[in-house]
Amino acid sequence: MNSEILSVDDVKHIARLAALRIDDEEVQMMRRQLSDILAHFQTLAELDTEGVPPTGHTTDAHSVMRDDEDMAALERDRTLANAPFVDGEFVRVRPVIE
Amino acid sequence: MSVASETQTSARDLRAKYLNGETTARDVALAHLQRIKEVEPRTHAFLTVLDEEDVVAQAQAADQRLENGTASALTGVPFLIKDNISTEGVRTTAASRILDGYIPPFDATVVSRLKEAGAIILGKGNLDEFAMGSSNENSAFTPVVNPWGENRVPGGSSGGAAAAVAAGEAVIALGSDTGGSIRQPASLCGVVGFKPTYGTVSRFGLIAFGSSLDQIGPIARTVADCADTVNTISGLDPLDSTSLDHKLDFAEYLGRDIDGMRIGVPREYIVDGIEPGVRAAFEKSLTVLEGLGAIVEETSLPLTDHALAVYYIIAPSEASANLSRFDGVKYGMSVDGEPNARESIEATRGSGFGAEVKRRILIGTYALSAGYYDAYYKKAQQVRTLIRREFHDAFQKFDVIATPTSPTVAFELGEKTQDPFQMYLSDVCTIPVNIAGLPGISVPCGLSEGLPVGLQILAPQLGDRTALQVAHAYEQSANWNLTPPEPCTD
Repeated sequence: MNSEILSVDDVKHIARLAALRIDDEEVQMMRRQLSDILAHFQTLAELDTEGVPPTGHTTDAHSVMRDDEDMAALERDRTLANAPFVDGEFVRVRPVIE
Repeated sequence: MSVASETQTSARDLRAKYLNGETTARDVALAHLQRIKEVEPRTHAFLTVLDEEDVVAQAQAADQRLENGTASALTGVPFLIKDNISTEGVRTTAASRILDGYIPPFDATVVSRLKEAGAIILGKGNLDEFAMGSSNENSAFTPVVNPWGENRVPGGSSGGAAAAVAAGEAVIALGSDTGGSIRQPASLCGVVGFKPTYGTVSRFGLIAFGSSLDQIGPIARTVADCADTVNTISGLDPLDSTSLDHKLDFAEYLGRDIDGMRIGVPREYIVDGIEPGVRAAFEKSLTVLEGLGAIVEETSLPLTDHALAVYYIIAPSEASANLSRFDGVKYGMSVDGEPNARESIEATRGSGFGAEVKRRILIGTYALSAGYYDAYYKKAQQVRTLIRREFHDAFQKFDVIATPTSPTVAFELGEKTQDPFQMYLSDVCTIPVNIAGLPGISVPCGLSEGLPVGLQILAPQLGDRTALQVAHAYEQSANWNLTPPEPCTD
């Protein structure tokens, strides 16, 4: 199997896009495993899909609008209790803009 | 009555015993807690067992309903809920470190409906992290062991659900099925697993993996119990915009004969790696169906060979988007001490997710990224259309399609963990169903070298009742619903 589809830099770039911190050892492992997996996907290129519409959903699901009525929301205290860092009634986060 | 007779039972038999006063929901609930204590040291099917006090309170409420005539089919029936389904006030982890300590402030719709029906919830079931896996070895906590063999996997991702039902720790379990996660473990543990048509059961409160593929369904000892469960949990839900406005009676066709039923057997499902014992059990099951009057014919679904690639592009793509919500800000674990939000999120996700989840997030991110979208994601969605058309054409000729559920029996722990693609191949017979949004059910159809084999019956969308009818007719005739050899304990 082609294990060269992805380079080390490719994997680092994808991990950055996915906001996933992985160490050098993981980068090497993922490069090898993901290249191997992607190689199996190349068989799809054999199929002629010219003009075939893509399927996103298998049922006739369409955009559903509900009536604009208020409904019960999650209880604030129990919801905030799950947040790792809380300040009063707010969730606390690290600085976004330095 | 012995613990075994109260724990290795179907819900329908249990209900008969409740109604004729032979036992009570309280006694049955306590028998299950006892059974869980005995076998959990070996199976690890539960991630959370509810306190005895809580379970007894649910059972007593069920006993009251049984007495005053307000009981439903599931009143007093002990359930396990897969731990990627939200339960109000009860830890829900999806078997991931990143959800450490998460206590949902709400119930999934399926859980609310079970509670309204008077079911007893015993606890939460182990699974592959975020339902990504085929052996349960991707649980961040501990792998589940198959009650049929001490070094065998239960399948996945609903491995805890299937193992618990097989071992008599619960009468019914709710699982989720994105590419076979209900049917494959049911097959490997010798129980029945049913994935209804996409959209029949609300996904609200299910921790999302692949939203266009995910579907909640039951694992039980009988086809009838699966039908009764889906009758309770299905139906339109305003909280899930993809839930369908169809209310079928899933038990309606149970007991009808299958004389003249046309059953297609696609040759592509007899894959290269199929074990001879699995093939023999499957072929014998076709003889049984013929004996019941069904017309069994070989057919071909050539695109089956491409289903795996389609699935392993679409599911990870959807997963990479769904799992972006786990950022260590609103719930779950969080790595502290990073200089800014971006670094904090990257560090949390890097240490909170396991290897398989990372692989899928990376595959999905790549398939959706600029320059690769057309070659991977769009291409996979187009082939998805072709696979749906192929099934559509097949169902013009056949009422149902029969296949093996899995090409192998339960494999050994550690056998496939080194090669992710080999693990993916375990789902080769179950994945096409999710790609096309079809209903599929796995029923036990014999043993190969002492381990269970499953027969899978597929039907067109909303043909669930026909799939259940055929599975039920087979089950009644073949009677392969066996309990694993004791002891399930160490």
